Amino acid sequence: MSQQYPALLIVVPLLSALVISAAGWANRRLCFPIAVAALSVSAYCSIGLLRQVVDHGVIVYRLGGWPPPWGIAYYVDHLNGLVLAVVSIVALVNLVASKRSIEEEFSEKAGAFYTLYVLMVTGLLGISATGDAFNLYVLLEVAALTGYGMLAMGHKDRAALATLNYLYMGTIGACFYLLGVGYLYIVTGSLNMADIARLLPDLYQSKTVFAAFLICMVGVWLKMAFFPLHAWLPNAYTYAPSAASSLIAPLVTKVMIYVMIRLMLTVFTPAFAFEAIAVSEAVVWLAVLAIFIGAIMALAERNLKKMLTYIIIAEVGYMVGGAWLGNRAGMTGAILHIANDAIMTLCAFLAVGCMVYKTKGADFEDLKGLFRKMPFTMGAFVLAAMSIIGVPPTCGFFSKWYLITGAIQAGHYGFMVALIFSSLVCVVLFFRIIEIGYYEPFADHHGHGHDHHSEPPAPMDEAPLSMLVPLLIVAAGLVVVGLYTGDIVEHVVRFAIPKGLV
Amino acid sequence: METITSIKPLLAVLASLLVTPMLVSSRAPNVRETWTFVAAVAKFLIVASMVPLVLQGTEIVYTVAEVIPGVAIKFRVDALGMIFALVASSLWIITSAYSIGYMRGLDEHSQTRYFCFFAFALSATIGVAFSGNLLTLYLFYEMLSFATYPLVTHHQDHEARSSGRKYLLYIVGTSIGLLLPAMLISYSLTGTLEFGKQGFLAGAGASKGLIGLLLFMFIFGFAKAGIMPFHSWLPAAMVAPTPVSALLHAVAVVKVGVFSIVRVLTGVFGTDLLSSLNLGVPIVYVASVTILVGSFIALSQDNLKRLLAFSTIAQLSYIVLGVGLLSPKGMTGGMMHIAMHAFGKITLFFCAGAIFVATGKKNISEMVGIGRRMPVTLTAFFIAALSIIGMPPCGGFLSKWYLVLGSLQAHQMPILFVLLASSLLNAAYFMPFVYKAFFCTPKEAMFENTVKEAPAFCVVPLVITALISIIMFFYPEPFLKLASMVVSNITGT
Repeated sequence: MSQQYPALLIVVPLLSALVISAAGWANRRLCFPIAVAALSVSAYCSIGLLRQVVDHGVIVYRLGGWPPPWGIAYYVDHLNGLVLAVVSIVALVNLVASKRSIEEEFSEKAGAFYTLYVLMVTGLLGISATGDAFNLYVLLEVAALTGYGMLAMGHKDRAALATLNYLYMGTIGACFYLLGVGYLYIVTGSLNMADIARLLPDLYQSKTVFAAFLICMVGVWLKMAFFPLHAWLPNAYTYAPSAASSLIAPLVTKVMIYVMIRLMLTVFTPAFAFEAIAVSEAVVWLAVLAIFIGAIMALAERNLKKMLTYIIIAEVGYMVGGAWLGNRAGMTGAILHIANDAIMTLCAFLAVGCMVYKTKGADFEDLKGLFRKMPFTMGAFVLAAMSIIGVPPTCGFFSKWYLITGAIQAGHYGFMVALIFSSLVCVVLFFRIIEIGYYEPFADHHGHGHDHHSEPPAPMDEAPLSMLVPLLIVAAGLVVVGLYTGDIVEHVVRFAIPKGLV
Repeated sequence: METITSIKPLLAVLASLLVTPMLVSSRAPNVRETWTFVAAVAKFLIVASMVPLVLQGTEIVYTVAEVIPGVAIKFRVDALGMIFALVASSLWIITSAYSIGYMRGLDEHSQTRYFCFFAFALSATIGVAFSGNLLTLYLFYEMLSFATYPLVTHHQDHEARSSGRKYLLYIVGTSIGLLLPAMLISYSLTGTLEFGKQGFLAGAGASKGLIGLLLFMFIFGFAKAGIMPFHSWLPAAMVAPTPVSALLHAVAVVKVGVFSIVRVLTGVFGTDLLSSLNLGVPIVYVASVTILVGSFIALSQDNLKRLLAFSTIAQLSYIVLGVGLLSPKGMTGGMMHIAMHAFGKITLFFCAGAIFVATGKKNISEMVGIGRRMPVTLTAFFIAALSIIGMPPCGGFLSKWYLVLGSLQAHQMPILFVLLASSLLNAAYFMPFVYKAFFCTPKEAMFENTVKEAPAFCVVPLVITALISIIMFFYPEPFLKLASMVVSNITGT
């Protein structure tokens, strides 16, 4: 049974999506349990896989028993073992937490939404698990198309256009990736990643390989909204339904970072990525710009959700920059941040989901007095904020630790300054929110009041428990994951990076 | 030196959790406050129970988790940490009593939140005191910054908001902007963050320029120490309720700043490295500037709490100055001043708060003749002011005495004059107020000639701390012994 985990991981949600779609017509109340069951199986399998990888090493699974390079192979090592676990757990927690808001936002179309949701998770898990470059493209499109569908179900005026924009950009990105894979196929005659990696070293002088690498990179950068290819992201995520944005925002950009790192480390070699083609310096500077632009643009926003989307753009800069520093600490930071950023973005977006559920908006105006009204939601939000700022012992601190260490060791002080600048801007960004929730509306007294009892405080009005409990679990997870950073690095991340990279 | 492993330091940090039950009993204030006392007393007892071992020269260590391979969250209790932990945990008990008098006297809102975050802040303070490495210290330092934010901005009005902004801007801005990179550069240089007897940077082979840069980043990175030009958060933070100003801004928060500087100077750089590079001198002069400028600004303040804030800024730099002298006597004086200043300054803040509770007055110009109305409070104020000035029979005299000896030992004559000038300035801003409080013509007096003190919960704590200030002159043993242990440990004599 446990040998079949790589297949079950993908097949169970894929087939369940069809069942959910059918159940949507028959009895809508069945959709949610089926979706939860399917994603629970995925989460169980992915955790099982991660444990197998940690205990016994890399797993290669041949779909249908066909040997590579003809058949499709799923290839799970420490790198994507971690990503699979993160994707499946985040998807499951978010699904449970979002039930109420899904059913409130689109009662009629809930079945369709669940179908898209589970299909998208299938796509993301597939991207992470596959060891075949073309199969990855197919699953990329599965995840993207379902994503467009969910995002477009949001804000009735703005979501459609924002999603259309994303659809154009996303399709171009996917095409670039496909083009790059095509070039690789021309020179190597193979689509299996391990096989390509075996054949490539003799061809590193070839201009075609160089072009293939860069074109693939541009493709994934577009899909992950890496500056200056980021413009599609803020609107698409802002106007999406809560449940969709809290799935897509934590996961999609992170899975694309994984694809980038997979291409750099496995399909190509670190020596090729960092030395043979002299672009790493330029990429890190682009990452620096991404961080600065993301942080500054976030400052200009007056809507909490949109502010968070710009922070995502800065965070993408963290990970791309860390991966391209060309040393072990930077790469460790990037990989660790895939997991950490997914959790903290999930926490922030779930908290926003709760706020939107109660206040019907995420403009700064809507947040007044929230500490009194929704103390638990705000508590979780503050923890997410601490993690994004990078305050120990939350997990965000530890990935930042590795990223900055990497920058120092690489002598890239520009990147270090960018990371610190972004932390400082995040302090401003989040304390602006905290201030609004904490001080406003201002009571009608001046100075030290003896008259604090003149007006009764607004009563507590928290989100329903089904939303609150998952949120609090994720918030606690920020600290727990932070405290276990040592173990994660020692047992997982360390093996995800080739020995040659120091 | 002997080392034993014990969970006690962690328990001392976590003792604050004992206040958790108060969240459900927030409707019964007496029950709620009981939990604060339980937590405060438990914390003090755990800290005190480690004193005998520390006095024997034993170090108590406890590793919580290895969060980064090679760098753990780790506690290490030594003499220096014990000085600070003893001061902070004992004063928490007294401040809790005072808080009750003050907060109820003024009928403040959100008292449950107040007591909770107070406990949280003390947890972080003890965490800093017992940190075994720089990462742990940074963790609790940041925790303290955020835990005190709701206390500083307790009133939740416009003034609180702008002060809160200033507070975060200075404290978090410097800790992320200067401290974090300094810590990571040190880590990249040496691969360790463990505090060592003579620092861990000593053998790193870094250039003098880099060491100087790191020193700059560390000293100014700990903005809680209030070294100019990163001092102006402290007067701004005086919008907080007075118990917060008293414990946090005269003892815990600011002392965490100077304590961290002392810890970094001794445990990260090492006094040998600093004196071989002659880097003690810039530290001493930076501190001297803060001492003199802070005292001059205090002269011109009318708001009593702001005056005390500037006085604190100046006094904190005594501690930095003492350690910067790098002479054994100077270091002893600096470390003793952590305790001596704490008891003196907290009394002064308590008095300011008691006056506010009893009369609603904040400005010195409105307090002429207050000594007749509140004789006990003002007598305590007088004693504490003497301690700050450095006059016998108060504890402050001893630390200043050692500082003077230290500056002679280090052959730093100018510093002698700085210390002398500062004492005169201290007298100049405290004594006119005390004089006017007691000696004024009936026409000048702004209060009726009947004794009416603040509630007992306010008055008793300030009498206790004033008495301790005097007692410490006669029995400075625990703190003097601990301070000289730290110094002999560093110098190896």
